[in-house]
Order: sequence, then C-alpha cells, then structure tokens
Amino acid sequence: MAAGALPLGAPAETLELPFANGERPLLAFPQKRPLLVLTPRPPQLETPLAVFDQGVFTPNDAFFVRWHLASIPQQVDATAHRIAVRGAVRRELSLSLADLAKHRPVEVAAVNQCSGNGRGLSAPRVAGGQWSNGAMGNALWTGVRLRDVLDAAGLTAAAKQVQFDGLDAGVFPATPDFRKSLDIEVARGDDVIVAYAMNGQPLPVLNGYPVRLIVPGWYSTYWVKMLSSITVLDRTDDNFWMKTAYRIPDTPGNSVVPGATGFPTIPINRMRVRSLATNLVDGAQLAPGTRELRGIAFDGGSGIARVEVSLDGGTTWRDAALERDYGKYGFRRWNATLEAKPGAAYTIAVRAHANDGAVQPMTQGWNPSGYLRDVVETYRVSVA
Amino acid sequence: MKRAAVVLTALLACGSAAAAVAATIPAPPRGNATISLPGDAGMAFKPGPGSNLAQAHCLACHSSAYVSTQPVLTRAQWTAEVNKMRTAYGAPVPDDAVPGLVDYLTARYGKP
Repeated sequence: MAAGALPLGAPAETLELPFANGERPLLAFPQKRPLLVLTPRPPQLETPLAVFDQGVFTPNDAFFVRWHLASIPQQVDATAHRIAVRGAVRRELSLSLADLAKHRPVEVAAVNQCSGNGRGLSAPRVAGGQWSNGAMGNALWTGVRLRDVLDAAGLTAAAKQVQFDGLDAGVFPATPDFRKSLDIEVARGDDVIVAYAMNGQPLPVLNGYPVRLIVPGWYSTYWVKMLSSITVLDRTDDNFWMKTAYRIPDTPGNSVVPGATGFPTIPINRMRVRSLATNLVDGAQLAPGTRELRGIAFDGGSGIARVEVSLDGGTTWRDAALERDYGKYGFRRWNATLEAKPGAAYTIAVRAHANDGAVQPMTQGWNPSGYLRDVVETYRVSVA
Repeated sequence: MKRAAVVLTALLACGSAAAAVAATIPAPPRGNATISLPGDAGMAFKPGPGSNLAQAHCLACHSSAYVSTQPVLTRAQWTAEVNKMRTAYGAPVPDDAVPGLVDYLTARYGKP
C-alpha cells in the first residue's frame, strides 16, 4: 500500500472542533465524502455535525469510521467470504452470505456510536481518540438474527459468551487481535443481527463490507466489522479488548474523580441517553425572528420519551416536538422554535428523557477513558 | 417483492423492534469491493531531536496523527503511552529507545 495511492492532495478545507488542538482536515476516503480525519492510518473519520441535520438516517458515505488495527483488507470478496461458527456448539459452520440469507431477513434502524464519542470534550482531557460528537451515525441495517445463526449451530450447555472477530489484524503478531464478546443472553436478543446492508446498500468497506455485527443500543465497540468468526465461549472472555480495554468504572454513575485509581471496572455496554442540536453550534449568531431549533435524541434501546429545550441554560424548560419514530434504537428527531429577540443572548440546552426513565445529567461524569458522554449539551447564541 | 411482503408479515407477528421500513429488503452483496487507502495522507511527525525514533517506532502501526491530535500531555502521560504501546499493543520498541522517544514526544507534543 503506497501512501498517496488515493489522489487526496492537500486538504481543501479544515474544520475546528470545539476543543483545544481540534483542527481536522476534511478528506475523502474511498467510498466516503470528505470527512474529518482524526487519523488516516488506521482510518478514523468523524462525521461533521451538520450531516445530522439533513435527515434521520446518516448517509453511508458520511458515516463515521473507526478501526483499531492497521492491517485492514483493501479488497474483500463477498462471494468468497465465510463466517466460521465454532466453539461451544453442536455443529461448527462455515457460512457464506448466501447461507446467511437462508435465515429470515430483518431490518432495524439503530444508532452506531463510538464509546469515545465526545472524548475531546472531557474535562479534564484524557488521552485517546479526540472525537467531538460526530463519532456516531444512524442507519437502517439489514441482516439476519444472530440468534438464528447460533441456533443453527446449536449451543451447548456450556455456552457463556459469544466472541466476534473480523478480518482486520495488527501489524505485529504480539498486537492483540480485535475481538469482542457478548453474554449469551445479549447475543440472543431479538435485535442483534449479522448485517449485510446499510441504508439499503452494501456496507462501505470502511464500515465493514461485506458483513458486520449490529448490537442495537450498545456502543459500537461490539459491532465487529468484516465479521469472520463467531466463537461460542464456555467462559468470560479475557482477551485484551474485553478484559483491559473498553472498561468503565463499576461505580455510581460509572464515574470517578479524576486521578482516582484502584476502582473496579466492567465492560462498557448500553449507551446512555443523549440529545444534540443539529442546526446550532456554540457561539452562533442568529438573525432575529422565529428560528427553528432542530436536533436528534437516542438512548440505549428503550426509546425517547421526551425532549426538552431550555433557553436559559437549564433554569426553565419546555417540550420540543418529537418527529417520526423509526424504532427505539434509532435517532429521534426533535424540533422547537425560538423567538429570537434583537440583541438577546440565549444559552440553549437540550435534555432527553428515555422511556426507561433515564434523563440526561446537567454535569458530565468523568472516567479515565473519556467514555459515556451524555451531558445536557448547551449552545450559547446571540441575536444580531 | 413477494419475499419482502412475507418478511413484513413475519416481523409484525413477532413484535420485535426490528421493523421493515424500506420498501424492499436488500439481498446480500456479491463479489469484490476494492479500496485504496491513503496511508498517512501526507501527515508527518514534527521535526526535532528524536523525531527519527518516532518515525522508526510509532509509524509501524499508526500515523503521526495519533500523537499530534492528543491534548497536551505531561512527560508522565507520554511515558505511560509509550509503555502502553510496548506492553499492551506489542510494539517492538527497544528499552534504549524509550527515553529519547519520551523526550521527543514531551518536547513537541506535551509539557514538562
């Protein structure tokens, strides 16, 4: 692979994310429109927030990209691709996509959000991928239920977790291969699917062509791309990516005091309820008159019950209107209006309530990895 | 189309959140998809004493942007990062390269 194999040239544009050292070039990677480049190798590409204002589903060519390991196949043959199903099963399987498609297809609208989405906004800052809030996207995923695949193989009584591996690998043999595991009960859920289409099209290679795992409601670390093996374990997975990485404090609110050590941890799991404005940025200047505020909300799978908007930084709230419901795992668009008075300043805040009763907090918890951002987002705007 | 209708009926019957939204259910893809990744897209480490160490030992696995996009890290934090690359990620960075690498990262991308 030669650097410069793609005619990228000099970045035509850069965008400044809202934290120190947040300048990012906008470059078009294969099958992608220009996106914010966090790192080119392995590719980590952030979706500009304005994309989320343009529709409830995130276009495939704008969908964020995050790989952990630099050895990524640049040519994948969907016809030859096989998924091995093995471990604590009665029958080991080697499934082509055609084999997969013998199961009943299902579709689910679901948000795929990086565990570290918004990490760059952590206070104090933490090392790691410095994402703003664009390491997420919402797509309509098509595939078959993982449960149907597991049942075809036949779980043995020893089955405890299911481990997923994809075609990517580290550069050095000593680098832990990226593998993720789910408890059997989660893996057998109604909505966990092995997906071969995204918004009605094949997945972009950088999003896992030809097939990836979809775990609606859970952070995207579990959504293994270029899925090549499904291994049923008779124990709790102790590989690096489960035992050491992607852990959150097992403390109230999964939060600790910065600098704390020695606290117990658990694997990251369901997403927190969040909401964002999609047609506002902090520091924006608005024209006076009636202005529409628009945004999105989502949670870990109970669905959005209510979104509130405040114009005074959270002292008083009023309900926003919720738009069409595409299912409990997807983005839910909301809108509200603001009568912008000449010369006024507003601190606009957005707060979502999930159907399970969870509400966004006014202050952000902290953890050493910068996971779980869920704070009420605020936007200071002034009116000309 | 007939198949899509059957699926929709089945989904409604089972009451899952997985719901047919699209008019037709896409089939699995066939054949090759080929891309050409841009490598480091022209990005490089800042010049300075020890930049040769960063080029030799960091670029094997990732582009310089993994370093340059970090917040300003202290010497202790850069030391921890270098050690994590060696112990957790298996980067073959020899012992005698570590002090120079930490000096470089702290000087160019950190604070003392």
